[in-house]
Amino acid sequence: MSAAVNEAAHSAAHTPAGGPRPSRRPSHKGQDEAFLVVDDLSVQFPTEDGLVKAVQNVSYSLPLGRTLAIVGESGSGKSVSSMAIMGLHDPKRTIITGSITLGGEQIVGRSQDDMRKIRGQVASIIFQDPQSSLHPYFTVGWQLREAYREHHQVSKSVAHTRAIEMLDRVGIPHPKRRADQYPFEFSGGMRQRAMIAMALINDPQLIIADEPTTALDVTVQAQILDLLNDLQAEFGSAIIMITHDLAVVAEVADDVMVMYGGRAVEHGTAEQVLVRPNHPYTWGLLQSIPAVSSEQAELYPIKGNPPSLLSLPPGCSFAPRCPYVDRVPDGKCRTDLPELISRSAGDHGLSRCHLSNPDAIFAAEVEPRIA
Amino acid sequence: MLVYILRRLASAISVVLVTIVISFGLFFVAPSDPAGMLCGVKCTPARVAEIEKSLGLDKPTSEQFALYMKGLVVGRTYESGGVTRECPAPCLGFSFKNDQPVLGTLIARLPVNLSLVFGAALIFLITGVTVGSLAAKRPGTTGDRALVGTTLLMSSVPYYIIAILVFLYLVIQVPILPRPAYVSPFQNPGAWIAGMITPWLVLGIYSSTSYARYSRGSMIESLSEDYVRTARAKGLSDRRVTFVHALRAAITPVMTIFGLDVAGLLVSSIFTEKIFGLQGLGITALQSLTNYDLPLIMGTVIVGAVVLVIMNFIVDVLYSVLDPRVRLV
Repeated sequence: MSAAVNEAAHSAAHTPAGGPRPSRRPSHKGQDEAFLVVDDLSVQFPTEDGLVKAVQNVSYSLPLGRTLAIVGESGSGKSVSSMAIMGLHDPKRTIITGSITLGGEQIVGRSQDDMRKIRGQVASIIFQDPQSSLHPYFTVGWQLREAYREHHQVSKSVAHTRAIEMLDRVGIPHPKRRADQYPFEFSGGMRQRAMIAMALINDPQLIIADEPTTALDVTVQAQILDLLNDLQAEFGSAIIMITHDLAVVAEVADDVMVMYGGRAVEHGTAEQVLVRPNHPYTWGLLQSIPAVSSEQAELYPIKGNPPSLLSLPPGCSFAPRCPYVDRVPDGKCRTDLPELISRSAGDHGLSRCHLSNPDAIFAAEVEPRIA
Repeated sequence: MLVYILRRLASAISVVLVTIVISFGLFFVAPSDPAGMLCGVKCTPARVAEIEKSLGLDKPTSEQFALYMKGLVVGRTYESGGVTRECPAPCLGFSFKNDQPVLGTLIARLPVNLSLVFGAALIFLITGVTVGSLAAKRPGTTGDRALVGTTLLMSSVPYYIIAILVFLYLVIQVPILPRPAYVSPFQNPGAWIAGMITPWLVLGIYSSTSYARYSRGSMIESLSEDYVRTARAKGLSDRRVTFVHALRAAITPVMTIFGLDVAGLLVSSIFTEKIFGLQGLGITALQSLTNYDLPLIMGTVIVGAVVLVIMNFIVDVLYSVLDPRVRLV
């Protein structure tokens, strides 16, 4: 597979494929050993209006060389949970409980000074909008050098050579000249490549990509995703891909976690979640992808709005928008929060839903509507 | 860049030119009577006419203006009472009041303002930006509220009141601060600092509160930028994130105000000069107005316009240095 990706990496763009990728990379050494373990993580922000429960009881683990996609709408807690791994929340304004371990080391509750050694070195983050995430007043080379020298005791010229090497590695032509240019002299795709080069300059074991392609043209999106895949194959890092775009998920993910209202509602391998999903919210996401090729022009958007994180409904957070609430007896959806467990026999992931026969409903009512 | 400089030069010259025409015109529209002023107690109409002739005020206004402009560009020769005096370009003429060359007077007084602004600007820029940045880091805390409160208090008390109070209490009554006096720094640097330290502190600290306010606002904005988050994600220290990444972007708008403030202070710090007894350009301008001293009025106006235009140019160049996206075209 890596040969194919290599070929595609610098070539012209292609649109992301519709289905999940068949079984991906060959098993890495230590694949079963999780590098990142998140256990019962909750992130809350006390505000004047009350406690914002941004993330509640999220657990997952991620081995090196694997990609986890966290999917959800804005405000679903997908970015907030990942920022906690980087320790980027203001400790004075955030309550974080649960456990996050990176390579066996506990992160929750560590001092900012300790976290600084992890940030950019052990774990790096690629932000959504490279236009605003790169400093407009410093050259790209300067910003890369700074990232490298923060974690390596080397001279400016050594760091500069390393910066140029990284720019070259992510496919920026004329890296020597480009290093002396400012971000505004780069195109959107090139900027995101520079951002990736900066995130990878210290060879981190974990890369968090926070909607890395959302601000880019569709043609460039595929190139960036290929680049990330390619770099992962080379460096063997673990990737968390935060996105709301299921096409991106299908392109890159090994595992998928769907988040809604700060909780994980479905969690499994890419195939389990994309091909045999068990949760009505995931169904809704799949149905709302517009179909270009088929004659069916109808869209099935999820009705209603995401819940307020200040006052979540007592039962299932998705119940107010869920078209299948009435299939569960006694209005249980509105009173009891379902647990995130395996719901049916066969190859399914975990889901947080009271429905007793999600398989049958999916096959009969949902699948025909998916483009 | 060359085109830019040429265009800037052209617009600068036209600004100064318009200023000259307007000030010159205003002097003659206003009920000014320089000859009468100089004439004194035993004045006769004949004596007034004589003085007017010697000052050149008997000629029509347009001719006087033409002569003045000629002097400014190529220099001119003054003749009065059989004495001929050369006034090389740029000729600002001779004072009506004391007959001294205006250019010489202004050049002699400029160092006072330069010294004053130099020290005060250093104080208000550095303390203002530092305090403002620190307050921006923790908006809403006690320190931040204290700063905002002090700023409001300061800006509601006029500067001259504070300056007079400091002078009366801290210089005269309890002599903590040295008595202000101007000594050239090239003659005696120690005496220069001792003589200027009081006005520097007063002007510097007073103005620093407003700089703290500007930079606080500017910093709060830049601290919430995505690239500051990126800097944190790189593992940089808090100090580096604040004072390199955030401040670099926040300082640009502060610079604009700084340039204009410095230009203003350079030509007139009337209150500071008057209260602390420093013979600067502000006092000179004030005296020239009360004396109907046309050449001196025109001189201070021209110097003011030129300084303002130059400072604006410097700010623009500084902008392009600070923000690489700004191209001077």
